[in-house]
Amino acid sequence: MIGEWIAAILLVLGSLFMLLSAVGTWRFPDIFTRMHAATKASSFGVGLMLAAGVVYFNDGWTIVQSVLIIVFIFLTAPVAAHMIGRVAYLLKIPLWEKTVVDELQNRYDLKNHELASE
Amino acid sequence: MTNSPIEVAALISLALMMISFFLAFARLARGPSTPDRIVALDLITVITMGTIVSYIFLTKQVVFLYAVVVLALVAFLGTVAYARFLERRAL
Repeated sequence: MIGEWIAAILLVLGSLFMLLSAVGTWRFPDIFTRMHAATKASSFGVGLMLAAGVVYFNDGWTIVQSVLIIVFIFLTAPVAAHMIGRVAYLLKIPLWEKTVVDELQNRYDLKNHELASE
Repeated sequence: MTNSPIEVAALISLALMMISFFLAFARLARGPSTPDRIVALDLITVITMGTIVSYIFLTKQVVFLYAVVVLALVAFLGTVAYARFLERRAL
């Protein structure tokens, strides 16, 4: 009974995080800020929802599958976000006009892919 | 009929998933650049996984978790393939 309530709270919390991530993807001004919203919050939201499944069903195979999904998402989401961000920078997609610092500016050679130091 | 808290929570969660799906799809349709669209597609896949997980609580059928496993595997491959393709076209 108490497990059911915990699972319900976890489920709604997880979907609220997914909603936050979608709102951020819609509202943020820049590809890099949008990536920040879409990657982290949504993986955390799916993790919370799967945790609700683990608490509610409490079954060995479900736990194995959920842990597998969570580990895989938390391994692959940063890699995918890194690839997208790298491509966006290489395509010279403009940053937000209020961006404070671009640390790769005048340091990254776009032809040879070499990063120069000071 | 749906009086138990987990079913009410699953219905609320499905409604939230629908709103997030529409927001992500709006970004997919509008997104000024192609990487924006890739980000939106990635988000849509994760939202689909969330929808399936909510639906599990309505039907009490744990079998649907296999679909979530497959989606988690395929979404990463799609995103990385598209990013590699764009990168090679950019250089």
